[in-house]
Amino acid sequence: MKNSDPYRIRIAKRIAKELKKGSVVNLGVGIPTLIPDYLEPDQEVFLQSENGLLGMGPTPPPDEIDMDLISASKHPVTLGRGASLFSSADSFVMIRGGHVDVAVLGALQVSETGEIANWAVPGEDILGVGGAMDLVPGAKKIIVAITHVTKEGKPKLVRELTYPTSGIRQVEMIVTEKAVFTVENGRMTLREIAEDTSLEEVRELTAARYEVAEDLKRMPTYS
Amino acid sequence: MDHVLDMPKLRTPEEAVSLIKDGDSILVGGFGLCGTPFTMIDAIAAQDEARNLTVISNNLGEPGKGLGKLLLTGHLKKAVGSYFTTNRDAVKAWKNGELEIELIPQGTIAEAVRAGGAGIAGFYIKTAVGTKLAEGKEERVFNGERYILVEAIRARVALIKALKADTLGNLVYSRTARNFNPMMATAADLVIAEVDEIVEVGELDAESIVTPHIYVDVVVLNRYEKRGGVYVEKQ
Repeated sequence: MKNSDPYRIRIAKRIAKELKKGSVVNLGVGIPTLIPDYLEPDQEVFLQSENGLLGMGPTPPPDEIDMDLISASKHPVTLGRGASLFSSADSFVMIRGGHVDVAVLGALQVSETGEIANWAVPGEDILGVGGAMDLVPGAKKIIVAITHVTKEGKPKLVRELTYPTSGIRQVEMIVTEKAVFTVENGRMTLREIAEDTSLEEVRELTAARYEVAEDLKRMPTYS
Repeated sequence: MDHVLDMPKLRTPEEAVSLIKDGDSILVGGFGLCGTPFTMIDAIAAQDEARNLTVISNNLGEPGKGLGKLLLTGHLKKAVGSYFTTNRDAVKAWKNGELEIELIPQGTIAEAVRAGGAGIAGFYIKTAVGTKLAEGKEERVFNGERYILVEAIRARVALIKALKADTLGNLVYSRTARNFNPMMATAADLVIAEVDEIVEVGELDAESIVTPHIYVDVVVLNRYEKRGGVYVEKQ
């Protein structure tokens, strides 16, 4: 799955619209890393990086790379406007202490109550967790950025997680290339569907139970 | 060095590594390869007295680089950290039973080490509640929400990487190479700081000093230099 994949770009563009001006946002690995490319020029969001940076700027040109300045994905970055640097302990004060407005995370599965699994696959070696479990209970709002089904065509939105949970916290929003769902009080609601799908197809590809919003909207496909 | 520094804490990497004992627990700063004490890791790899080490660090570097080097030389008994999947050698060593691994969320390690240096025995957090990583941990409810107890982390030795030291041992860091280093500098009996440069006392702005000199026992000079934004061995 390349980052030029139109479905991944569609998800990133849709989530970019959710980020309010001036908000503090932590972007997980995968699709979330595409979001900065689709923010409006005046939509100033402050990107937080777990290793110890607030105000992360874009990738530098090759001759300005400094590997002392990297993102949580370990890629070279720059200092954006008003950036600050701090230790990893202070970074998780920000995350755990509820000072990050939005975390956009990838996931392997999302349950119908909004619990996510995003760190381990059963039967495979579990040797990495990173900051995922700190972000899950810590961020004020969690938006999940995922393709609607797995490579094998299986739903990622499931009734109950079969992969190990990342925590008991329920996410607020799930954005796929086909639909936008919100979760409130453990119940999932379909809010938007993409122009190139139908209610029937979304139902077929979603194992989780959900209600359809009375004011269901079309999700822009930004082609 | 062009001139002799009046610096009682300055040692060669070989002198510093002789202070590490077989079976020691060692906090090692760095996030991936960023902010990693490469020279001290090389010095450990080059000696045979201190093996069976337990390393507490976010990752084990990359294959053959940073702490990844000590996997290849067989100096490690156990690794405690948050993310090992980016080093295939770590996964292989663990599968072959040559390396014990303890997985702890990144923010939990950072705070546990901070607590270890601050005289705090443990603390309660929401991170990992209800997950596999909370199994066997004490759980308590505060204000209606579930928390788990995390015990502080200390080690006998800490190897940290800073940008500059002054001749007293005050340290300043470079950008995100700060990461776990400042907390680790407070949480060990023996703290060895590797730096790119040593300056006279008074040359560092007191406002910019992140690690005050009292935490630092030994200072060594980095044998790597930055070229094209990456640390490489000096020619």
